[in-house]
Amino acid sequence: MALLICENASLGYEGTPIVRDLNFTVEAGDYLCVVGENGSGKSTLMKTILGLIPPLSGAIRTGDGLQQTEIGYLPQQTPVQRDFPASVREIVRSGCQGRMGKKPFYGKEEKELAERNIARMGLEALADRCYRELSGGQQQRVLLARALCATRRMLLLDEPVAGLDPKVTAEMYRLIEELNKKDGITVIMISHDLDAALKYADKVLHIGSTVFFGTKEDYLKSKALSGLTQEVAE
Amino acid sequence: MSALWEKLIASLEFPFVQYALIVGTLVALCSSLFGVTLVLKRFSFIGDGLSHVAFGAMAIATVLKLTNEMPLVLLLTVLCAVLLLRTGQNAKIRGDAAVAMISVGALALGYLLMNIFPTSGNLSGDVCSTLFGAFSILTLSPTEVWLSVGLSLLVVGLFVFFYHKIFAVTFDESFARATGVNAAGYNLLIAVIIAVIIVLAMNLVGSLLISALVIFPALSAMRVYKSFLSVTVCAAIVSVVCAVLGMLVAIVADTPVGSTIVAVDIVAFLIFALAGKLKR
Repeated sequence: MALLICENASLGYEGTPIVRDLNFTVEAGDYLCVVGENGSGKSTLMKTILGLIPPLSGAIRTGDGLQQTEIGYLPQQTPVQRDFPASVREIVRSGCQGRMGKKPFYGKEEKELAERNIARMGLEALADRCYRELSGGQQQRVLLARALCATRRMLLLDEPVAGLDPKVTAEMYRLIEELNKKDGITVIMISHDLDAALKYADKVLHIGSTVFFGTKEDYLKSKALSGLTQEVAE
Repeated sequence: MSALWEKLIASLEFPFVQYALIVGTLVALCSSLFGVTLVLKRFSFIGDGLSHVAFGAMAIATVLKLTNEMPLVLLLTVLCAVLLLRTGQNAKIRGDAAVAMISVGALALGYLLMNIFPTSGNLSGDVCSTLFGAFSILTLSPTEVWLSVGLSLLVVGLFVFFYHKIFAVTFDESFARATGVNAAGYNLLIAVIIAVIIVLAMNLVGSLLISALVIFPALSAMRVYKSFLSVTVCAAIVSVVCAVLGMLVAIVADTPVGSTIVAVDIVAFLIFALAGKLKR
């Protein structure tokens, strides 16, 4: 059954639609890459999926028992975080907040979950280090570990490799692929890196002046491809 | 030296000095706890704006000749905190502009009111003591002392209880909201608590110097410590030590309490900044 269903959704702010009549579904285990030029509504779509803004019309629903608040989200970094005094462990643990509800303090369960995800991202040696002193790639792994604390089933990644060097980028993609293939976590990745999208994803959603949703193979075959790739490259 | 020491010991026997030390310590503790959040959330200007609102409210309370000014000041400042946060969210008037408007407006109207309805012969003295604290911490009534103690303990309690939520909302508001944390609610809570802290701190350092009390300990701690917990604990200790030291110096040297405390805070900041540099 589908984990995420988008039906005739129009998305935008304050009544001004950026994306119209969007339809797609995400099945368990999918690796969906959302591509499109700047301003095409990628981040608007992301905020709507997360429930931060409502759709203007239509609906984006979660299915198969997945709650909207159980989507693990890897946001782009904000300037605030760059000088935030916080240890890696503190940040990863904060991913458990959603599941804790009104409970004020972390219990044994949350602490163990955080430690597991720290280990999963290979951050054991850095757990007590200060977040702002880490490299860009290490910071992304910390935020990914936090996202994993918030979800067991679906990750939403917003430009996960922005600002990373090629070597670290490749490592990041490998980690994400491993989470998808080995742990069976559904991945939705927003990216302007079309090459990576076509290399790793198995489904593609292209939004913008032309809308495409389907498998990677269909996308490659799609007649509009030459036009689309050019659009994305710009 | 021994003369100064004797003066200090003699002063400490007065109950009003003891009250001042108790209230001062608690206020310093409260204000430093939320300093880190305030600095990192870029809320510093809201704190500053609210302190001016508190001045305006104090002027109203003085004109009305209230015997106990704190409840009215508290009410008005909390209301403004809620208002500012609301206007910050819908974009008709930008957040910073709204803060500037309300804060200078309150300052001007407060001064105007005090001029039109003078309550004592020494107007500039009154204004000065409201703005810079002067000796008002030494003239607290027992009701004000108990109110201050109660509110301080409440603020510390709320901070401890919501510590992890405050961390989550400060570090990454959209992530917190996406995972179902009621970020708007916690922002409101933070704004209301800041208003309470400002009203409390007004007695200690006066409304113009409150921001210093909130921000300096947090910034000092951030020079040296690396985790949220250690920064928070360090800021609290720095703030309390500086406040006690400042008050004792003020008593012995007959200097204004508020500015002496802030001066000690500045010295502490310089020491921490240096320590941070050396550590690297």
